[in-house]
Formats: sequence, structure tokens, C-alpha cells
Amino acid sequence: MQKFMGFVKKNKQFTIFAFLALILVLIAILAPVITSQDPYATSLGDALQAPSAEHWFGTDKLGRDIFTRIIYGSRLSLTSSLILVAIIFVIGSLLGVLAGYFGGIVDTVIMRISDMMISFPGMVLAIAVAGILGASIINAVIAIAIVSWTKYARMARSLVLKIRHVDYVYAAVVTGSKDVSILRKYMIPNILPTMVITAATDIGSMMLELAGLSFLGFGAQPPAPEWGLMLNEGRSYMQYAPWMMLFPGLAILITVVIFNLLGDSLRDVLDVREE
Amino acid sequence: MWDTPITSRGLVVYLYRISEEIRYSVHFKNERLGEEALSAKQILQRFLQIIVVLLGISFLTFMLTYLAPGDPVRTMYSAAGTIPTEEVLNERREELGLNDPILVQYGRWLGNCLQGDFGTSYSTKKPVGQLLSARLWPTVKLALLSLVLMLIVSVPLGMLSAVYQNKPIDYIVRGFTFIGVSMPNFWVGLLLLYVVCLQWGLLPVVSTGTGFQKIILPAITLAFAMASKYTRQVRTAVLEELHQDYVIGARARGSNEREILWKQVFPNSLLPLITMLGLSLGSLLGGTAVVEVIFGYQGLGNLAVSAITKYDYNLIQGYVLWVALIYMVLNLLVDLSYYFVDPRIRLKK
Repeated sequence: MQKFMGFVKKNKQFTIFAFLALILVLIAILAPVITSQDPYATSLGDALQAPSAEHWFGTDKLGRDIFTRIIYGSRLSLTSSLILVAIIFVIGSLLGVLAGYFGGIVDTVIMRISDMMISFPGMVLAIAVAGILGASIINAVIAIAIVSWTKYARMARSLVLKIRHVDYVYAAVVTGSKDVSILRKYMIPNILPTMVITAATDIGSMMLELAGLSFLGFGAQPPAPEWGLMLNEGRSYMQYAPWMMLFPGLAILITVVIFNLLGDSLRDVLDVREE
Repeated sequence: MWDTPITSRGLVVYLYRISEEIRYSVHFKNERLGEEALSAKQILQRFLQIIVVLLGISFLTFMLTYLAPGDPVRTMYSAAGTIPTEEVLNERREELGLNDPILVQYGRWLGNCLQGDFGTSYSTKKPVGQLLSARLWPTVKLALLSLVLMLIVSVPLGMLSAVYQNKPIDYIVRGFTFIGVSMPNFWVGLLLLYVVCLQWGLLPVVSTGTGFQKIILPAITLAFAMASKYTRQVRTAVLEELHQDYVIGARARGSNEREILWKQVFPNSLLPLITMLGLSLGSLLGGTAVVEVIFGYQGLGNLAVSAITKYDYNLIQGYVLWVALIYMVLNLLVDLSYYFVDPRIRLKK
């Protein structure tokens, strides 16, 4: 406990943003407690109502309560973007470490594929992949993962290359350490802080990309309460029901801001080199 | 350590973008000195690389559309409102060559592409090349306008913020850029549409064509997110230069601040800024798709999105290939521009 308080004192910023992120996660988990309404329940009689005491954020074209849908929407947005970041973090770092450590043909193959991806506007390929695989939130995650892992591979590779030829690694090789244990003992711990910082700062932008695909109709499908999709539905009713596009956008903005700030402050916590 | 120019540059840029921190860039500056020079051999190498990458991308797109669900022939007929028999369907597939082995189909498609024939769009029955080239200029126009808008806003703001580091103006600029980066660009577009067209009635909500009235809002939307990101990068790059010894030296000699800033600091921070401009072109080309859809702007992205919803494979392939080609040519130009911006490269020989 003492240790914890010491950490909190030393990293005030991080603690605040971690706390805010925790609140977001709690909102997602406790959605049924926060709102008693059903995000899917339609009631055409209540369609397109302006925000009121009963419907805080108004209702949409099918009379669904927008506040409820936004609360439930946090589940989809948070899980899908966290899963996406986890996927590209693990795959990218792993391939990058392998490429950097083993070099040779492994390096060439992995880096050529990643060259191919970098020579290409990510969102365009993601749109094509999502559109072609068929529209669903899982396919949107796959599409963005396909174009985004290369960043992690490149970073991990360069970080590994930086320490590949230092004396303690050579010493480990000479004393007969196995590749696996060198990777585990020296390479991974060395690159992990930078990689984690990158992953944390990426959560926000990944959320934006997923919402973008959903907005285009290549991600979550109706009637799912997804923020990007809700914005798309709100687009056609802009004139009569501007709240339909105001609140989902605000929800995205707030969530992304919190995760971006969290990522930035995590850098100060983990980056020991600065001291 | 570095095997090809593109790899090392990508790396420099990535670390730049991710960290935006001074401590990395000092290190990479030394790395950069040795290897950015583009000799004739390297330019040739880059061209070869472009070809290899294009081949890879074309194969990837081809495979994707090949594996995709949805039968284009069936879609074609149902779009025409008829329900064909299995026999008719097969005949049509044979006619379109959809029954051949995949490599044969790929080879045939690639051969045609090289002759400028990107096939016929299933949904409109027009040649893909013709459809794409009709939409190319509007999209390029949109991209260029937003790029100009972005530079007008972010270069002065970024420099201001760097010069007055940790003063109120710096915090304000950084605060705005932070929100700008976190805002979904399609939401910015919708808000602009709502305020400018519906509330103020300044511009028509629905208009055809690609004139000024039609282009200005999409361009602002695109510029908005990019400017936020770029302002931060300008700030970082200028700050880094401001902390160099030569600036302290110049100050010690009594040069005035303005002269130091414009004659020494600004030209020196151009190199990383151009690199990052090259990278933002990628998000620009992808970003146009979303923005074009919101505003109903008749550009490449809009065409591609509607092609995807109609399973118009030829059109999708053509689009992906074209955009990849444009992006790579632009990046090659960015690389070549180092030669003019950085005298260390120009004078080395």
C-alpha cells in the first residue's frame, strides 16, 4: 500500500488518466446498471425526440434511447480497439524481434512484406479488405490489423538491432545461452517499455480507425450500438435530429482523448532513460 | 545496419512520429547523414522496389477479391432484375474468364493492366481506367487544397508554439492540437456540414460538381486532423533545432532572434518536416474516401466505396492499384526533394 501511494505521488498525471480509463471500462461493464433501458428496444412512437429528462441524449429514428446506446456502445468500441491493439502489438513485436535477432532470410521476408504494407495508404487497404471480407466488426479489426502490425515489427526490429551487438549479449552467446533465453532475458525486457508505450498511444487512433470503418458501413452492422455506425445513421437525420450525430461523436472524442493522454503519461512512467 | 533506403527512412519516420521526442532525433540525425543521399543507382533501386511492391500489392488485391464472398455474376443479373438459371450464370462466368485457374486470371489481368486496360466495371459496364481517370483530378485537387490549408495553419502555429515553449500560447496551441488529433474526421465533417450548411446556410448541402463550393468543406475537414498532427511535428522539429549549439552560438554573437529563426532554424528543420509530409500523404489519400462519402464529393474514394458495396471487383482492384502507384510516386518525389533541401547530400560528391 505504501508502495502504491508512493507510485501515485510520483506519477500524478498517470494516476489521474488511468483512473479515468478505469471509469470508462467500468461504464462498459456496468452498462445495465447505469441505464435501465434496452439499447435495441425500438419504439416508433418515440422516434427522433429531442433530449429530455426521459431521454437525456434524445432518441434515434427507431425511437431507441441514444444515451443507452452510447453507454452500451462503449463495450463494443473498447473491446474491439483493445483487442486490435493487442493483436498488432503481439504479432508485430514478435515478428520484429525475430527479424532483428535472426537476420538473414527471416529478416528479408518479414521486412519485404512490411515494405509492401508501408508503401501503401493504410486506410485504403483497410477499406478494401473490410469491404471485400464482408462488413462486420471482426473483419474491420482484421483489416486494420493487416495494415498496422508493420509499425510494431519495424520498431521492435530496430530496437533489437540496437542491442544485438552489445557485449552482454555476446557474453551470453559465448557462454552458451540458448536463443530463446537470450530473447527472453535480454531482448524482450529491453524493448518492452518502448513497445508498450507505442501500443498505449495507439489505442486512441485505432479506435478512430475502427469507428471510421463502421461509419463507412464496413464495420459494425445495424442494429449494433456502435458509435461510428450511430454517426452514420445520424447523418441522414442531421436536419431534424442533430443530437443523433452530436453525442456519439462526443463519446468518441472523450474516449480517444482519455486514452491518448493515458498513453502520453505512460511514457513518462515507463521511460526510465529520461532520468 | 540499413539494407535499403526505404527501410531506414521508414524507421526514422516512424520513431519520429511515435516519440516526437528530441532524444531520439539526435540519434537519428547522425544515422541520416550517411545514407540519405540518393545516387543514380539508388534511384534505380527505388524504381525496382516500386515495381516489386506494386506486383505484391496487385497480387494481394487480386487474391482478396478472388477469395471474397459474393458472386459478381449473380449480382450483375440481380441488378438487372432477372433471375438467371445456373446454365446462364455459368456461360457468363466462362465468358468473363471467371472459371480459369487463379494464376491464369491474375496473369491475364496484370498483362492487361500493363497495357492500360484495367478491365470493365461490372456495375457500370464502363472501362475501369476511364472511370478512375475521370475521378482522379477531383481527388488530387481536394488533396492538394487540404495540404495547402494544412501548411498555412500548422507551420506558423508550430513555430509559434516552439518559440514560446511552455508559455501560455504554447499550451493553447498544444491543447487545440490534442483535441484535433482525437476528433474523428468524419465527425468534424458532419459538424461542419451542420453548422455551415444547415445553420448558417452559407453553402448548399447537396450540390453536384467539384467547384469551390463543393470542395471547400471537405478540404477543411481533411486539413483539420492533419494540421493538428503536423503542428505538433513542426513544434518538435523546430524545438530540436532551437536546442542545438549553433543557436546558442548565434545568440552569443548577438544575432537577432528573428534572423536565427528564419535563416538557420527553419531551413534546418525542413528535412524531418518533408519526411513527415510524405507520410501524411498516405493518410490523406485514405482519408479522402471517408470525407468524400460524407460530402458526396465525386472523387476516387467515393467511387471505391460504392464499388465495394456493389462487389465491383475490377473497379476495386483498379482503385487500390492506382492509389498505391500515386502514393509511391509521391514518396519518391519526397525522397528526391532531400537532395535539394539538404546541402550535405547535394555537396557530398
